[in-house]
Parts: sequence; structure tokens; C-alpha cells
Amino acid sequence: MTTVKTAAKPAVKSKPQPERVYGRGRAAVQKGLVYGAAVITFAMLLFLIAYILWRGIPNLKPSLFAWTYNSDNVSMVPAMITTVEITLLALLIAVPFGLFTAIYLNEYAKRGNKLVNVIRITTETLSGIPSIVYGLFGMLFFVTYLHWGYSLLAGAMTLAIMILPLIMRTAEEALMAVPDSFREGSFGLGAGRLRTVFRIVLPSAMPGILSGVILGIGRIVGETAALIFTAGTMAQIPGLLQSGRTLAIHMYVLSGEGLHMNEAYATAVVLLVVVLLMNSLSALVAKKLTKK
Amino acid sequence: MSENKIEIRGMNLHYGDFHALHDIDLDIKSNEITAFIGPSGCGKSTLLRSLNRMNDLVEGCRITGDIRLDGEDIYHDCDVNLLRKRVGMVFQKPNPFPMSIYDNIAYGPRTHGVKSRVQLDEIVERSLRGAAIWEETKDCLKKSALSMSGGQQQRICIARALAAEPEVLLMDEPTSALDPISTSKIEDLVLELKKDYTIVMVTHNMQQATRVSDTTAFFLLGEIVEVGDTEQLFSMPKDKRTEDYITGRFG
Repeated sequence: MTTVKTAAKPAVKSKPQPERVYGRGRAAVQKGLVYGAAVITFAMLLFLIAYILWRGIPNLKPSLFAWTYNSDNVSMVPAMITTVEITLLALLIAVPFGLFTAIYLNEYAKRGNKLVNVIRITTETLSGIPSIVYGLFGMLFFVTYLHWGYSLLAGAMTLAIMILPLIMRTAEEALMAVPDSFREGSFGLGAGRLRTVFRIVLPSAMPGILSGVILGIGRIVGETAALIFTAGTMAQIPGLLQSGRTLAIHMYVLSGEGLHMNEAYATAVVLLVVVLLMNSLSALVAKKLTKK
Repeated sequence: MSENKIEIRGMNLHYGDFHALHDIDLDIKSNEITAFIGPSGCGKSTLLRSLNRMNDLVEGCRITGDIRLDGEDIYHDCDVNLLRKRVGMVFQKPNPFPMSIYDNIAYGPRTHGVKSRVQLDEIVERSLRGAAIWEETKDCLKKSALSMSGGQQQRICIARALAAEPEVLLMDEPTSALDPISTSKIEDLVLELKKDYTIVMVTHNMQQATRVSDTTAFFLLGEIVEVGDTEQLFSMPKDKRTEDYITGRFG
């Protein structure tokens, strides 16, 4: 604060170098604000992680990792496997659809095409819908109307629809960032559109596309609202048409019951590790793919 | 006099409402270097890109009239991908693909169905030699083409175009992004290539046109003002506007 006062006063009174002195004070304030914001943000993240680790790690008992769940050991292994299953399944559905839609919009459709605008507006609207609404839709359509019941498949389909706009938008942006000179070079050598897209454009866009996939994974792993009504909350290793709970739902149930708070924190630690692993794995894949 | 490789008759080109090229008539002779000169925005590049139908990619572009390659109408009788194999292109900014030098050169042949490793190796070497960059790249064919210098990248792009075994080579200001030494290397190369290829080159550099080209066409506001033997066009232009341009009174 003192710097502001001493700096602001000469700006009015002394004539020789008013601007420089005034500027210096302002810069100090701005610098303070920027550093402050950075420190606060970082500290909050650090506190969050440290708190979870502090509460969770002491509770990571071997019984939590028993192969089957019962109300006594509240094992999270079925939830871990369900999480992986549901993530892979949802990505398997959402990534091809999202990617090919993006390719169509960016590489094939004529610019200014009406259909393109309709698709863009639709996806933007979809990405703004709260996940509980997706959950409700999934329950009414997949669970009830299609008679899939509370199941892995219903959950994965619901999540796939939920992350589809995200995957599509990021893929589209990645494709748009590929310079046109690459496309021209390829066309100029007599390559068709399909070859150009798959050999030249997609490899260059891969890191951007994968960052969209990582964001998608993040949303899936952290999702509860859309899953409670679609995949259910059974703590088992589910087949396609059986109910299962992901780690996030496992946590939700444990803390909701109020009997196993410590185990919920332990689950949070594992969830954190799973997210970290998945992200670094995707980053590794992206690196491998772009190196060539 | 050599025969005509490309004949353009009564060609008009519109971008939407904009009439970019007016009634173009032009013959491009085999195994010659034809230079297009003229101020920016006069349609040189547009005409060049019409010769291998790169303008097809531009929305709202409409072309009327006739462009014939060896007597074939390229807009009606020809598959566009085959046309672009026969009429290769080198762009203004070097645009190697983000892959290894080898894969860059092999991209064209692979596109047109060459699969055998031995054959590809042979094509890659021949093309790189043809573009006078073999010595600099033979030990690092697996390296990314993007790691080379600008002049080397442009010669790799020329090699890439040669690997598709074209008959005509279109060059859109191929040296405008390069330093004088790289430029002179590419000019020497172009003179060498003329034995085997018909070359059409857009250039902003009039010295370059006089140094390398046999025939020069002067463009102004979407029209060809004058076409002629390069030496003659630069020493005794017939049209007042050509004279004004080459003596530097405008443009």
C-alpha cells in the first residue's frame, strides 16, 4: 500500500518525471495482483490435494482392495474396474462420432452450409446442459424405454452423449489449426480428400484431438449425477447389461451413508491417482503419435 | 519452335461477383520456362492455380473457357487427381509435411500406388538428386523435413513434386520466402529442370524472370497485356503499360 501512496503523489505535484514514477507504482500494484492471484490459485489446488492425501492415505487399508465388495470391507476394486470399463466404453462410442462429425464439418462441408450451422448450434446447446438432465434422459430412454435396466451400457451411452459435444468441438478446433498449406501440398500431389485427411490433416491435429479426449475422460471419471440413474450403484464388476458404480459414485454413496467417511477419503486418493494416470497416459500417446 | 504443352483459350474466372481473369489466351510451350509477372492481385497466381485446378478448392470460383493440356480439356476430360499428378506444384512458402524427408518425397508415389520399398528408395533418391538436395539429405532421410532450413525445405518440396513424375511444374513465387543464396540455387535448379519438364513460374522479381525464363507474360488487372520472348519483352516492350511496369514506374 505504501508504494501506491508515495508513487501517486509525485505524479500530481512534481513535474520533471511524473509519468515514470506514477508508472512504477502502478506496475508494482499490478505485479502484486498477478502474483497474488497466481499464489492463491496454486495454494488452493495444493491445499485441496494435500488435504485429500492427508485424510485419505492413512485410511488406505488392504481390505479396501479386496476383490469383492461387502458392507464390511467397502472394497473399491469393483468401482475401479467399473470406472475403467465405463470410460473406455463411453470413449469408444463418443470419439469416433465426435471425430468424424468434426471431420465432416471442417473438411467436407461447404463453408456457410446451413446444416453445418445447425449442427454447431446443437452441439453448443448440448454442452451447456447440466449433467443431471442427461442422467434423466438416459434413465427414461436407455433404462426404461429400451429396457436395458440400470446397466454399464446405459451409463456409458449417457456419458458418451454428454461428452460428444466436447470431443467434437476440440477436434474441430484442432482440425482448424492445421495450416491449409498442408492440404494444398497434398492435393497438389494428386491426393484425394480422404487420403489428405487421414495421412496429413489427422496426424497434425492429433495432439489437439487427444487433449479433447483427456478432458472427456476427466468429465467421465468425475461424473455422478448422470450415472446414478443410468448405471445404478451396485458395487460389483458389471457385465454390459449389469449395474455398476464408478469411483465417483462409490465416494458419493459412502459419504452419503455417513458411516465410511475415512474410506471415502481413501477412495478420493485413488480417484486422484487414476485421473493422473489417465492424463499422463494420454499425453504419452500424444507424444508418441506426433514424434513421427 | 517447340510445341504447345498447355493452351488457354478465352478463359474467364470469377470469384463470386469478382471478375478475376478476363479473356485469357496463352500458349505454354514444352520444355520452356514461362514466367508470369505483374503487380500483386493481377491474377498471375490465380491463372497458375487454374492450370492444375487448385481453384476448385476455393468457394465461389467459376471458370469458363478452355484450358488444354496436350489437347485434353482439363476441366472436362480429366480426372482431377491424375491432372495434379501430371501438373505438379511448388508453393510460395515451403510447405513440407510434418513427417520425415523420406516420407515427404514418397507421399506422391505412394498416393499413386507405388508400394515396393526398392522402387520407393529409388524414386526418393532420384527426386532428391533432381532437386539438388541429395548430398545434404542422404544421411538424414529419417529426420523431420521441418528441421531443415527454408531453402532446403523448398528444394525438398520441389523434390516432392518431382517424385510424382509430373510433366509440368507450376511454381508460385518459389523463392520469395528465401535468401539470395537459396534463391540462386533454386534458379540454377529450375534451369536444369527445364530439360525434362515444362515450367510455369510466377515471380515478383523481374531480374529473376530475365535470368531464368524463355517466355514472359505480363499481367495487369486480370488481363494479359503482353506475352513474348523474355529478352524481347524486357528490352523492347510493345505495350506502353509493360514498359511502365518493367522500368519501375508503377507496381
